[in-house]
Formats: sequence, C-alpha cells, structure tokens
Amino acid sequence: MSDAPALALLIGVAFGIALEQAGMGDARKLAGQFYLRDFTVFKLMFSAIVTAMLGGFWLAQAGLIDPALIAMPETFWLPQLVGGLLFGLGFVCSGLCPGTACVAAASGSGDGLATMLGLFAGLLGCAFGYRWIEPWYNGTALGPLSLMQVFGVRQGVIVFVIVATALAAFALLERMERHR
Amino acid sequence: MTRRAPLDPYLAGVALGLVLLGSFVLSGRGLGASGAFASVAAHVAASSSATGLDDNAYVQAYLADGGFAADWLVFEVLGVLAGGALSAFAGGRWQLRVTRGASVHRGPRLLFAFAGGAVMGIGAMLARGCTSGQALSGGALLSAGSWLFMLAVFAAGYAIAPLLRRLWS
Repeated sequence: MSDAPALALLIGVAFGIALEQAGMGDARKLAGQFYLRDFTVFKLMFSAIVTAMLGGFWLAQAGLIDPALIAMPETFWLPQLVGGLLFGLGFVCSGLCPGTACVAAASGSGDGLATMLGLFAGLLGCAFGYRWIEPWYNGTALGPLSLMQVFGVRQGVIVFVIVATALAAFALLERMERHR
Repeated sequence: MTRRAPLDPYLAGVALGLVLLGSFVLSGRGLGASGAFASVAAHVAASSSATGLDDNAYVQAYLADGGFAADWLVFEVLGVLAGGALSAFAGGRWQLRVTRGASVHRGPRLLFAFAGGAVMGIGAMLARGCTSGQALSGGALLSAGSWLFMLAVFAAGYAIAPLLRRLWS
C-alpha cells in the first residue's frame, strides 16, 4: 500500500494528459456532441473502450493476466438508470463531466472550477440525504452482472459486436463529417 | 508559445485506452473521477455533523479505509489536475477563461456549470460512478450496469439538448 499513492498519481497524470490532448478541457467541444457538431467525445470514448477491452481480452487469452483480479462492478439497475439520466442532464448544463471538469479547471477554465464545486456540493447533499434514499439506493441489486450473462453469450461474441458497432459508427461519422 | 490543435480523437482514444488498460493491469482497478469528490464530501459531511453520521453506511464506507488522504481516487484526481495543467502548458492552451456559447454571459454560464456539476454529482452517486468509473472503465469490463448508465447519459443528453440550445449556440 505504501507505493499506492504514487501509482495513483502517475495513472492520474497520464489520464489528465490524454483528456487534455484530445481537447476535452473545452466545454464547447463536449457540448457539441449533443448538438451533432463535434463527435470527439464519442470517438474518444469508444476508441478508448475498444482499446482497453481488446487489450484486456487478448492479455487474458494469452494467460498474461488473471481477469479475476479485476472485479466486475455490481449492477443496481434502477438507481443506475436514474443516475445516468440525471448525469446526462447535468452534462449538457455544464458541458463537462467530472474528469474533464478537472482538466478544464487545471487549464485555466472558470467553468471547469464551477463544475468541480457543483460536483462537490451535489455529493455533499448526497452524503446528508443518503438516509432518505437508502432502501431505494440499494434496491434492484443484480450483483456483478456482465453483458455476457445478460445476453447468454460468450465474451468473444460481445467483444466482436462492440468492436464491429464502434467501427461502423466511426465510418458513418467520418462520412457525415466529409459531406457537410 | 503557439497554441497547438488537439490530437486526433482516435489517436487520443487509443492512448486513453492504453492508460485505462495500464490501470487495470498495474492496480487492478479502472479510472475514476467523481469518487474523489464523493470521498472528500463524505469526510466534510461526517466532520461537520454532530453525530459524525455514524449510522450512515454510505458515508462510513468512505471513512473506513483511513480517510481521503489514503483514498486512491483522491490521488488519481490530483494527478489528473497536474496532467491536465502540464499538457495545456505544453500545448500553449493554458488560459484563464470562461468557456461558453456566444449568447451567454459569464455569470449565467458559471451558474449553469455549478448546477450541472451538482446534478452530475447526484447522478454519479446513484450510478456508483461517472463517465470515467462507469462508462469508460465499467464499459471496457462489459458490466451491464455500466452500459445501462452510458446509454441513459446519452439518451438524457440528447433529449434535453434542444431545450438548452441557447447555452451553446
């Protein structure tokens, strides 16, 4: 545990650099995703997901990592659905998400700082308000549920479908952007 | 220093994916952001409450492993701030500013940013993570809840965007 803060810091620095290099410190660029003006968010997110997913899949297939060491997150479908809807609403109001708000603030943006303060205020409210939503917050618990279990197929099938969908979407976006 | 344009999004995405994969392999966990805010907020809430919120399981879970000074995500987000600043300086993009749509004044823009942050905070609490912890990390792990969260974020974003068009035009 003694070297953990150093590793966390290092991973964070790399994360911050990747986001900033992609232009994610600019709220207009992120908001543009929701007005079909700028698809950087989609391209960045899905090429990152595909890269990490394929990397993890092949490293595990080759026996170089034990996939059991990385815990599958637990699913609580109703609070996660409602949480996602609220998050999307806040995302368009701010133009930034929590990670990109940090990058924006660190590159001099006042709206990034205001978003960070808002996040803190919202989560402070959640800490005090938890007692009123506790049963609902912990309800609809499905445990560490994977897409493989939901659809009853092997991991390779899900990986293939996600890669194929992402590549098709990228091709479509590039075509759309050339034609305007 | 000249201001350089951002990296190609696919190239940046592959780099981001390698950072995420590196985090999985080296630390056994994905990336995160909202959790650091949640951790600090839980500590502030506990220490500002007369009871210490000791019957609040949500707050206590954050206090359990030695406080936010020992929290992995707090260090990670400090790293994100440092990395973001470093990268902006290097690219000539560091600038004091309020990024906003052409027809919005500075004050309302900051209010919307604060309110948006607060709503995202509540959303991330309910979802057990944000675009980093759920969408990116849980998405790459093929978690069902993470993909549900991601679809809900985009669905709500596209549904509300027309009503907030003035903010970004």
